[in-house]
Amino acid sequence: MMESGPLTGPVPTDGSADGTHPRPAELSGVPAKPNPAAANPSNGQIGGTFWRRFTFRRPLVALILQRLGLSVGLLFAVSLMISGGIEALPGDFATTYLGQSATPQAVENIRKDLGLDKPWSERYLSWLGGAVKGDFGTSWASKNSVGEQISKRLGNSLFLAFFAALVSVPLAVGLGMLAVQFRNRLPDKIINVVSLAAISLPEFFVGYLLIMFFAVQYGIATFPATVYDSMSFTERLSAIALPVATLVLVVLAHMMRMTRAAILNVMSSAYVETAELKGLSMFRIIARHAAPNAVAPVINVIALNLAYLVVGVVVVEVVFVYPGMGQYMVDAVTVRDMPVVQACGLIFAAFYIFLNMAADILAIIANPRLRHPR
Amino acid sequence: MNLRSIPFSAWIGIAGIAIAIFCALFAPMIAPFGERDVVGDVWLPAGGDFLLGTDNLGRDLLSRLIYGARTTIFVALAATVLSFSLGMLLSFTAAVVGGFTDQLFSRFNDLMMAIPTLIFALVVLAVLPQHLWILILVMAVLDSTRVFRIGRAVALDVAVMEFVEAARLRGEGSLWIIFREILPNTLSPLLAEFGLRFAFSILFLSTLSFLGLGIQPPAADWGGMVKDNKDGIIFGISAALIPGAAIATLAICVNLVVDWLMKRTSSLKGGRGDA
Repeated sequence: MMESGPLTGPVPTDGSADGTHPRPAELSGVPAKPNPAAANPSNGQIGGTFWRRFTFRRPLVALILQRLGLSVGLLFAVSLMISGGIEALPGDFATTYLGQSATPQAVENIRKDLGLDKPWSERYLSWLGGAVKGDFGTSWASKNSVGEQISKRLGNSLFLAFFAALVSVPLAVGLGMLAVQFRNRLPDKIINVVSLAAISLPEFFVGYLLIMFFAVQYGIATFPATVYDSMSFTERLSAIALPVATLVLVVLAHMMRMTRAAILNVMSSAYVETAELKGLSMFRIIARHAAPNAVAPVINVIALNLAYLVVGVVVVEVVFVYPGMGQYMVDAVTVRDMPVVQACGLIFAAFYIFLNMAADILAIIANPRLRHPR
Repeated sequence: MNLRSIPFSAWIGIAGIAIAIFCALFAPMIAPFGERDVVGDVWLPAGGDFLLGTDNLGRDLLSRLIYGARTTIFVALAATVLSFSLGMLLSFTAAVVGGFTDQLFSRFNDLMMAIPTLIFALVVLAVLPQHLWILILVMAVLDSTRVFRIGRAVALDVAVMEFVEAARLRGEGSLWIIFREILPNTLSPLLAEFGLRFAFSILFLSTLSFLGLGIQPPAADWGGMVKDNKDGIIFGISAALIPGAAIATLAICVNLVVDWLMKRTSSLKGGRGDA
């Protein structure tokens, strides 16, 4: 999206990588070695609570469970923050809703209507209780059920993001490897400059550029990209061709640069240099020595960028008038339809958090060193 | 450092930024027409009196572009400076004081970063009234989470150095250590970060304006100009692409300079130069 991203190195600018770094407090009590004898040398038995024993027997499962719990906790905190933040910020909906000249009586009525007269904690709890069951209340503007709208639009958004991922991931990894192969030579330099430029392009510019060329000048693509229920699969695909292309272009450069940095990091390590000096062939070095160590960072890069893709759909949907979550949210924000804004915010945050968690877990699975935190 | 060591790409970037800043500073003198004056027909093609044509209300596009540079650069710069002041102050405090303060700030920062920036901004801007200073403040606070992260990492490295310890033993207070010991020693890596955040701010502001939540009309702003003219696209009118190109060019120029700064700092640290 407009995250102009890290230019070098695997330091993601978005919230993303943070899951890898902070060590949860519960972990600090667990000894690094999974060897029960070392932990309890007197009798060779594993003491402590059930969780402690479980951590020793299955460190991987325990870690994954922990990450899962952490993400759920984080999501809960986010819901609290969205709801509490809205409450704490100045601005009264009733007056914004009715305009400045509203009579106090009308303001009072609408507050009662929207349930704003109840205390915040009560509203939050009932909202959260509903949200868990998929009931997000009713929209203030259209009086429709928010959950119903979202279930329709979420599918559309995911459809878009899925195809963008399907195209961009193999392309990014391939180009990243190509750039490493030709490091500091012409192809690498071209890829470097082009991707630097691509990172700086706002999504809406890319989108309108594509519309201008492919829909208006050549007429080979459709705009606006509306989809409806009765459309066949192929019709849908042709409708989303341009939005997908936009998303791919936006996310590709970022992903490719990070892939390149991750692979290069491995390629410049001492053991690859040793392999090179031993006279091994390039293919063997990459396949046997570099690839296993590069898999973890590359998977991480991909998962982080997918998280970014889910959010990137917001602008692209607005550009292409695509009936997805992003457009729903932006429309709701302009009319200050808070139930919709809250629900969309929570769902986007949920996708973001869980994809980051997936990145984390995949990194742990791919890299055994992360399984035993210091 | 001498001028010859600056690569060609960085020169392009510097030149681009200089032109944009020049336009921003002297907008009323350069612009052929006023910012809000309707001077011709709707969506006139480029050429003749109007170098870049006119927009959806018949205002001169070039003039609005020049005035837009002013708004866009000012708001983006203000947000970046504010986010840096905030992020660096908090992160250095966390690094120097440590303990509970550090935990509190860091965990809260993690929480803030768990929500995607754009989504967070949308939620917050849905509640707040639309004022320019509120927009700047929201952008700054959201961006400062990223600054906090990097600032803390950099400051932690410095905070364990001997000279900081010496200052502590000498009995200097935390504020003195933050401003006199840590700040001067972390400035150069943070300079590149500043550029990066500035480029991000430009894009972010443009995105918000494009969505109709940033700078409000009739003030000219590049993102808003794209929004104003987007309906022309279907008729093959490229008025929306011109401000879009301006945003992209400025962001590319900033990134070119940042790229050079980053290479420079990494080679100072003895890095291998690639990656």
